[in-house]
Amino acid sequence: MSRMILGRKLGMTQVFDETGRRIPVTVVKAGPMTVIERKSSADKSGYSAIKVGFEDATRQEKDDSVRWRGLTKGQVGVFEKAGIDVPKRVVREFRVREEHLDRYEPGQVVDCTLFNAGEIVDVTGRSKGKGFAGVMKRHNFRGFRATHGTHESFRGGGSIGASAWPSRVFRGKKMAGRMGDERVTVQNLRIVQVLEDDGLYLIRGAVPGGRNGLVMIRPAVKKSAHA
Amino acid sequence: MSVHPLIDKIEKNQLRADALPSFSPGDTVRVHVRIVDGEKERVQVFEGVVIAISGAVQRRTFTVRKISYGVGVERVFPMHTNRIAKVEVVTRGRVRRAKLYYLRNLRGKAARIREKRTW
Repeated sequence: MSRMILGRKLGMTQVFDETGRRIPVTVVKAGPMTVIERKSSADKSGYSAIKVGFEDATRQEKDDSVRWRGLTKGQVGVFEKAGIDVPKRVVREFRVREEHLDRYEPGQVVDCTLFNAGEIVDVTGRSKGKGFAGVMKRHNFRGFRATHGTHESFRGGGSIGASAWPSRVFRGKKMAGRMGDERVTVQNLRIVQVLEDDGLYLIRGAVPGGRNGLVMIRPAVKKSAHA
Repeated sequence: MSVHPLIDKIEKNQLRADALPSFSPGDTVRVHVRIVDGEKERVQVFEGVVIAISGAVQRRTFTVRKISYGVGVERVFPMHTNRIAKVEVVTRGRVRRAKLYYLRNLRGKAARIREKRTW
């Protein structure tokens, strides 16, 4: 598949469907993205992909001068080469089949018309960081009972292995540690509505990450839209 | 509290065009509910006491309680769903709190609500 759009999660709300039932939706401001570069397996990159930029990297200073934000000169050069006036803050690539490469032209703008209402999509984002989390929160362990003589251990994970053999803890043993703040993809979410005027998608259900988090929307790998 | 102006806009768009009559907890109402069974659509009436109103904007819901064959039945209606054809206010009750959950523990005579007097 050869479609992808970047967006910002704005928050959640509910809308009514035509039968008056409430549907939980995530509001995502999608696009506009600018196509920066086409990569073909024929040239030195060795694979076919489209490079896009999202959100202007300029900032209006107090004295009305406009400045680039968070980009090195080298990065800005990429945009100059592509003939794009305003450098973008977020640059991502997505794989496109060789034969579909000509659907994209450097400088072309991709907006929320990329997907239609009713389509099934996968949404990728960065989940909210939970910090150093215990095993109950992180791995859904059950902890210990609260009464009947439990002593100073209510939320622990219990034993982490035997003694003389194997004399070590098995790799991958579920223990406490950092949780969240990782790349998460939620599959098979339906686009309930496309609000073209505001560039918004209403996506059924929850999407990884907090408000204003960057999300990537792609066609579902495992399902296609059904009427 | 507003999360985002664009979300406010979406929410306002979901509001029903025809305002329901204003009612508050303690009132007895008749809710005309559209029910689709199979091909046909018909209207069913649910009459009872409003015991709670909660939520804001298009998320606002109200809870109606009635005693049906000796069993207490409560239904939560979204205020702005198009499944509600109309709402009639039968009586206005005089109550002193916003949530009347205490009615669940009361039966018969004790569960009556005084009518609001106007003069």
